[in-house]
Amino acid sequence: MNPFSYTRAADVATAVREVAADGAAKFIAGGTNLIDLMKENVERPARLIDINRLPLAEIQPRDDGGLRLGALVTNTDVAYHEQVERRYPLVSKAILAGASAQLRNMATVGGNLMQRTRCCYFYDTATPCNKREPGTGCSAITGFNKNHAILGTSEHCIATHPSDLCVALAALEAVVRVTGPGGERTIPFADFHRLPGDTPHLDTNLRTDEIITAVDLPPNGFAEHYAYLKLRERTSYAFALVSVAAALEMDSDTIKEARLALGGVAHKPWREQQAEALLHGQSASRDNFRRAAEALLHGARGFGHNDFKIELAKRAVVRALGQAAASEGHL
Amino acid sequence: MSAPSDNAALGTATAALPLQLPITLTVNGSARQIQVASWTTLLDALREYLGLTGTKKGCDHGQCGACTVLVNGRRINSCLTLAVMKDGTEITTVEGLAAGEVLHPLQQAFIDHDAFQCGYCTPGQLCSAVGLIREGRAKTPDDIRELMSGNLCRCGAYPNIVAAIEQTLRAAKQGGAR
Repeated sequence: MNPFSYTRAADVATAVREVAADGAAKFIAGGTNLIDLMKENVERPARLIDINRLPLAEIQPRDDGGLRLGALVTNTDVAYHEQVERRYPLVSKAILAGASAQLRNMATVGGNLMQRTRCCYFYDTATPCNKREPGTGCSAITGFNKNHAILGTSEHCIATHPSDLCVALAALEAVVRVTGPGGERTIPFADFHRLPGDTPHLDTNLRTDEIITAVDLPPNGFAEHYAYLKLRERTSYAFALVSVAAALEMDSDTIKEARLALGGVAHKPWREQQAEALLHGQSASRDNFRRAAEALLHGARGFGHNDFKIELAKRAVVRALGQAAASEGHL
Repeated sequence: MSAPSDNAALGTATAALPLQLPITLTVNGSARQIQVASWTTLLDALREYLGLTGTKKGCDHGQCGACTVLVNGRRINSCLTLAVMKDGTEITTVEGLAAGEVLHPLQQAFIDHDAFQCGYCTPGQLCSAVGLIREGRAKTPDDIRELMSGNLCRCGAYPNIVAAIEQTLRAAKQGGAR
C-alpha cells in the first residue's frame, strides 16, 4: 500500500466538504474491496476519509411504504433484517449468494454499489487496462476473458460489475440517494452504473464530490414470486459467471408484471424492459420464458472464452423465471 | 521514510492525523494502546504490534479466512481492515477463546474430531465458527458448510471441521450456552 493520511468524518456535510476539497481522497467504509485494491496498487489514494461514524447505518420504513437502507448498513444486517427477509427476500437472497460471512459483516450497502470489477487485468498493474489506466488498451478482449461481459461491451473494456446485491436492486428499481456540495439528489438504479463506452475508468454516475447516503427500496418487493439464481464454478464464495434476479407479479397462471436483471454479463446489472414486456399478460410457460430470455440476451457477443455465457444466461433466465413463478414466498 | 517526502505524499489535508496514530484496542479483554501507521492492517497490528501471532496471514486478500477475528463479537477478515478504523473496538483472537487452561468447547471439539492437519487455518476456522454459532443461523451441516465457506483448508479437513462445529452447536443448544 502507498502511504496515505487518514481522517474521520463526523457528519455527512463534513465528509462531502473534505472529499470535494481533495481530489486524491477516497471514502472508506467496509474497506473489503478498497483495501484489497490498495494492496495491489490499483488504488492509491493519498488520503482516506473514514465514514464509518456517519449516522447512515439504519434501516427505516418510508412513508411511501418502501424501505430505506442506510449506506453504512452491513450486508449481513440487510440480509437478515426482518423486513428485508419478509418483504424483499430477493435482496436477502442476492446478498447471501455473495462473498463470505466475514466479508458480509464488513461490507456495506454503499460500498457494494461502489465496488470495482474483479477483471484480472484490472487487478494486474503489469498489464494494460483502460479502466485502471485510460488509453493503455484492454488486455481482456484478446486475453483470458472467461469471466467477462457479453452485453454492453465496448472496444475499450469488457469488464463486468461483480455485485449480487446490485442485480436485485436493479430488478426492484431501487433509488440511490446521494449528497453533494449542492445538496441531495436521487439516482434511479438503472442510471447509477455506467456502460464502459469510451470512458471505462468511470464505473458510476456518482460525482467525485458526492457520497451515497441510502438506497431506497420501492413498496413492491415482489415477495411472493421471486428467484435469485447464481451460477458459478463452486457453490459458495465465488463471483457469478451468470446470475439472474427474477421477480413476477402473478394472477393465477398469468404474469401481470415481470422484472429481470442479469449479473456477471455486463459492466452494470443488465435489464431490458422490452424483454420483460414480452411476459406481461402471458402464461408462465417455458416457451414464454425462453422468448424473454432471447430478448434479454439480444445483441450478446462473446470474446472467445466467455462465449458459453450467452446460452448459459438464456437457460438461467428460463430456470429462474420457472422458480419465481412456482415460488410462494419461498424457494 | 523522511518527514518531508511523507508530507508531500500525504497532501496538505488540514485535519490529517500524524503518521503514527494512537489507537486503543481491547484485545481479549485487555485495553491495549498502540501507535500504528494509517496503512497498518488490523492483522498486522495484532501480529506485529501486539505479539498475538495466533491470527494467521494466509492470502492477505480476504479470500482464505486464516486472519478471521471477532470485532465487537462479529467475525471479520482482519487483513481487509485498517487498525485505525477499529480504534475503540473489542477484539477476540484465537488466544482469547480459552478460559485459562480450559479450552473453548469448539477448541475441544476440533481436537475430538481431528479437525485439522497442518493447523494453519485453524485459528481462523475457530474464530469464524465462534461467530457462526453466535449468529444462530446454521441449523444443518449444509448451513455450516455454506456459512464457513470463507475459511479455506488446504489440508482438506472440512468433514471433520463441520463435525466439530455440529457437535459444538448441539452442545450449545442443549446447554443453552455458547
